[in-house]
Amino acid sequence: MTTTAAREQTTTAGPAKPVPVPDETSAPFFAGALAGRLMLLRCRACATFSSPIAYIGVPLRARCVNCFSGELEWSASSGRATLYSYVIMHQLYDKAFAAEIPYNIVLVDTEEGVRLTSQVVDCPNDQLEIGMPLEVTFERMSDEVAVPKFRPRG
Amino acid sequence: MGVNAAIAGLGITEMGKVYGRTASDFAGEAIALALEDAGLQALDLDGLLINGNQSEEMAPRLQFALGLVDLRLVNTMSAFGSTAGTMLQYAAHAIESGQANVVACVYADAPLREGTSVSQSGYSGRRFDAPGLAGLRFAYGDYGPANSSYALALRRHMHLFGTTHDQLGTIAVGQREWALMNPHAQMRTPMTLEDYHASRWIVEPLHLFDCCLVSNGGVAVIVTSAQRARELRQPPVYMRGFGQCAPGDTGRVEREPAIHTGAAKAGEIALRQAGLELSDVDVLELYDCYTYTVLVTLEDYGFCEKGDGGTFVEDGKLAPGGSLPCNTGGGQLSSYYMWGFTPLAEGVIQARGQGGERQVGKHDHVLVSGNGGTLNFHSTTILSQHDS
Repeated sequence: MTTTAAREQTTTAGPAKPVPVPDETSAPFFAGALAGRLMLLRCRACATFSSPIAYIGVPLRARCVNCFSGELEWSASSGRATLYSYVIMHQLYDKAFAAEIPYNIVLVDTEEGVRLTSQVVDCPNDQLEIGMPLEVTFERMSDEVAVPKFRPRG
Repeated sequence: MGVNAAIAGLGITEMGKVYGRTASDFAGEAIALALEDAGLQALDLDGLLINGNQSEEMAPRLQFALGLVDLRLVNTMSAFGSTAGTMLQYAAHAIESGQANVVACVYADAPLREGTSVSQSGYSGRRFDAPGLAGLRFAYGDYGPANSSYALALRRHMHLFGTTHDQLGTIAVGQREWALMNPHAQMRTPMTLEDYHASRWIVEPLHLFDCCLVSNGGVAVIVTSAQRARELRQPPVYMRGFGQCAPGDTGRVEREPAIHTGAAKAGEIALRQAGLELSDVDVLELYDCYTYTVLVTLEDYGFCEKGDGGTFVEDGKLAPGGSLPCNTGGGQLSSYYMWGFTPLAEGVIQARGQGGERQVGKHDHVLVSGNGGTLNFHSTTILSQHDS
């Protein structure tokens, strides 16, 4: 089954950002995001948290990274994290992002010990600092889809 | 334990913005050139190991495009940019165990199209239609994921160890100096440190000149037994040691694959097999998708302490005339981007002593590295003109 690209509804000229298309394996992640929860995978055997995204091109993590159990369940993160690294995107790959250049892409370390790719909002790029405390927030992209981002925490 | 196999032929096609040709076409020419270099014919081949990148046609289909028949060893291999080393290892084992006699290992790709920017080629990672979690990165604008992921690794290294752009620039400038002496190199105009600093940001902290080229072209090597290689046209290049290490990435905070790469283990394994020490290495051909890859690989091989890569390279020791010649053809930053076949090809040239004006004087042992993913896959190969 192929899924056609969805695009954010736009009222202005130019393309809109690509909206993720939830599928069977990722539905709990996106349902959680809509409800304001950052969903991770948690091992039923050893309680280790892992990121559902194992690598570029891998649909969903299959086994626990600590004990190799296949019994992984969705479990919400506290939403608290720190900034592990950040970069500023200057190259235009998709015109939908033209107005946002330069924008940040970051890696955050959640309290559960999971490293995730995301973006930091409500913070100018020159204020980004490795180690800064963050908390999750959700950006609504359509009626069905929200994506987790992070903002400075207290 | 020695390796009873050697590289007997090398073929390099025209490189870069060479339009209107397919990857199969480049692969065929690279193999033809490598056979001619060795003094062999297509009928002598009984093995074909294939490494494509963006070109799907390169998968086992290549055998049909080339009309090769009755092969005894054929496969498509991929551990991303570390593949060249892993192919040589597989070819050597097959030859040592009598499963094959003459194996062509080839890389070819043709991602560039006339009138289209690199950022819009297959390398941009544009997969708007990727369903589920695979689509999440595009919602963030995280295209060209190699650039952003290596930039994230570099930023972390800068934070931990104070690595500077001057230091990274020294790597880029040194490699450009080497490229000026390489007829196959795409970049043939001099570059200064000022030019490096002035080059635009791609993904900050990566300048344009921190990033490798993208190339259309092909490279092939012919692997055969050491005895057979000695009877052929070129001086044999012995493969004295192999090592692989794929450290993985659990996505857990306990590990830092951005900082600690597979080079540490792969290098140790390869040197041990070769019976050599790091200090025996005369020439380095290090995988350089980015300047940072060179720097972190030097650290993990143990040429300097972890974190000291920047201060290690800043005296220009990697450049022509320096004490540790590295990427002597210009590497992927300044010559051409053929994944692990870029450092491998130059390693063969240097080991043979055929580098012309860029030939390094003492070239008894050449260390070649391959790296793939975001520092997730590593291969090391020790090449030498001496069989022991």
